[in-house]
Amino acid sequence: MSDSSLDVAHVCALAHFDLSPEEMARFQRELGPIVAYVNKLSELDLTGIEPTQYGQPVANVLREDVVEPSLDRETVLRNAPDASETEFRMPRIVE
Amino acid sequence: MASIDISSLSVASAQDALRRGDFTSVELTQSVLDTIAAKDGAIGAYLTVDADGALAGAAEADARRRAGEDRDLLGIPVAMKDIFNVKGQPCTCASRILEGYVAPFDATVVARLRAEGAIPCGRVNMDEFAMGASTEHSAFQVTRNPVAPDRVPGGSSGGSAAAVAGGLALASLGTDTGGSIRQPASFCGCVGLKPSYGRVSRYGVTAFASSLDQVGPIARDVEDAAILLQAIAGADPHDQTCLDRPVPDYRAALAGASVEGLRIGVPKEYFVEGTDPQVMALVRAAIDKAAAAGARVEEISLPHTEYAIAVYYIVATAEASANLARFDGVRYGRREVGPDGSLQSLYDLSRTHGFGPEVKRRILLGTWVLSSGYYDAYYNRALKVRTLVRRDFEAAFAKVDAILCPVAPTPAFKLDSTVNDPLQAYLCDAFTVPANLAGLCGVSIPCGRTADLGLPVGLQILCPPFAEPTLLRTARAMEGLLK
Repeated sequence: MSDSSLDVAHVCALAHFDLSPEEMARFQRELGPIVAYVNKLSELDLTGIEPTQYGQPVANVLREDVVEPSLDRETVLRNAPDASETEFRMPRIVE
Repeated sequence: MASIDISSLSVASAQDALRRGDFTSVELTQSVLDTIAAKDGAIGAYLTVDADGALAGAAEADARRRAGEDRDLLGIPVAMKDIFNVKGQPCTCASRILEGYVAPFDATVVARLRAEGAIPCGRVNMDEFAMGASTEHSAFQVTRNPVAPDRVPGGSSGGSAAAVAGGLALASLGTDTGGSIRQPASFCGCVGLKPSYGRVSRYGVTAFASSLDQVGPIARDVEDAAILLQAIAGADPHDQTCLDRPVPDYRAALAGASVEGLRIGVPKEYFVEGTDPQVMALVRAAIDKAAAAGARVEEISLPHTEYAIAVYYIVATAEASANLARFDGVRYGRREVGPDGSLQSLYDLSRTHGFGPEVKRRILLGTWVLSSGYYDAYYNRALKVRTLVRRDFEAAFAKVDAILCPVAPTPAFKLDSTVNDPLQAYLCDAFTVPANLAGLCGVSIPCGRTADLGLPVGLQILCPPFAEPTLLRTARAMEGLLK
């Protein structure tokens, strides 16, 4: 067990993973050294440094507001794991 | 019909032969399909081959030529990494979670290739969702390095490089988020070009890390890479990150290419202990040839290089955790529901059994760096260090036109040698991720083979954003010097 503050059980819940205890232990063991490694960024004084979010500095890119055809419903639903003729079918969530 | 030997046929020479009428696109495409059938069993580059679609596309290309059309890619088959949506074809990203998915549309790069007359002929293997550097993280099959079958082809675009190097494709399209075009090109002895961020549309390309991903060619030589880049570059209303800047004539930029008077920077941080001495020697020898040919070579410093891997594995995993949230078993791909039939179990089980271990590892790391209490300490901090990495390059490119350095610290490594040590595997990306963080364009070209085992080694050339003409001219000149 590492001293990592990354708690795999908590993060699994956030990421929607249902891991076995063995898998959870393995990820906890593997991620510890990675977290320790990325901690090297704390060496740097970053006062006054702006973050870089994108590969190129662009903002507010707009296109003409023209309606274009999009995929039709039948085509989209063909990839659905479960669907009616018009909708994705999901487990009931309201009794 | 005599079959055509495609084992070392370039796109440009195939096009010359098509123009002369030496063979038709149908004959060329059939030869590619026959070669795949005969030889890919030993390499494992292709996940699926679309023989019917490819031959139909070839017949159409031949008809277009008879009608008077003439284009550099007209009638040329191209292998596609399994990350691109090609209408009517599977697009699994080498992941079980996308088993059964059939692309309902063409990615912009695919539509552009088709408009130029190129033919998507099959889908090649990759690390699952482009996460990896060996193609061993594919959920479906092992791909071997055609030069050394006990070794990896590199990754994540390993299938692309193996297909081109193994004589199973004339050229291929891949993607590069942290080196996934350049490193497999280096390992297999091909040319692999990562365009500048914003040069090529990503619409219809399954997203891994959206501030880093770029699409680019893996090809037999620099001229072919230029031809493919020409076809796919340029603004796209479907991708607002793809910039509306003019697309230069890349092939014309190659004419009379020379390094004479070119200012070349050699970053001292890329020539450090831990790099294979044979790799270092081959790259140094290439730089010496550039100097002998009249380039002005100077040592430069990129002082934040040592932080790039840490920045990359925070930024890339954070973005991946958000991008891969769309794979939830609802609209496409794998669905699995637990015994209680609940919605929660549908999300959890579809994702848990759909994603492989490397993808899960990165989603976990990325989810964590974005989670409450860690966002500022990790994600935001990494974005600030990314600024420092970018500034290093800006300062360097104020003094030099191009940077020459290694692609990877080693030649192709043996199958099964890194999969059990994720951190060690991540550290091997040290020379390629900085270009993605800074939005640069870069290329790997072959610069010789190791003396002991004859393994290919790549030379990396980096140029500022949108300086592809300089990049290609430099690569073409170096290719000539290294022949």
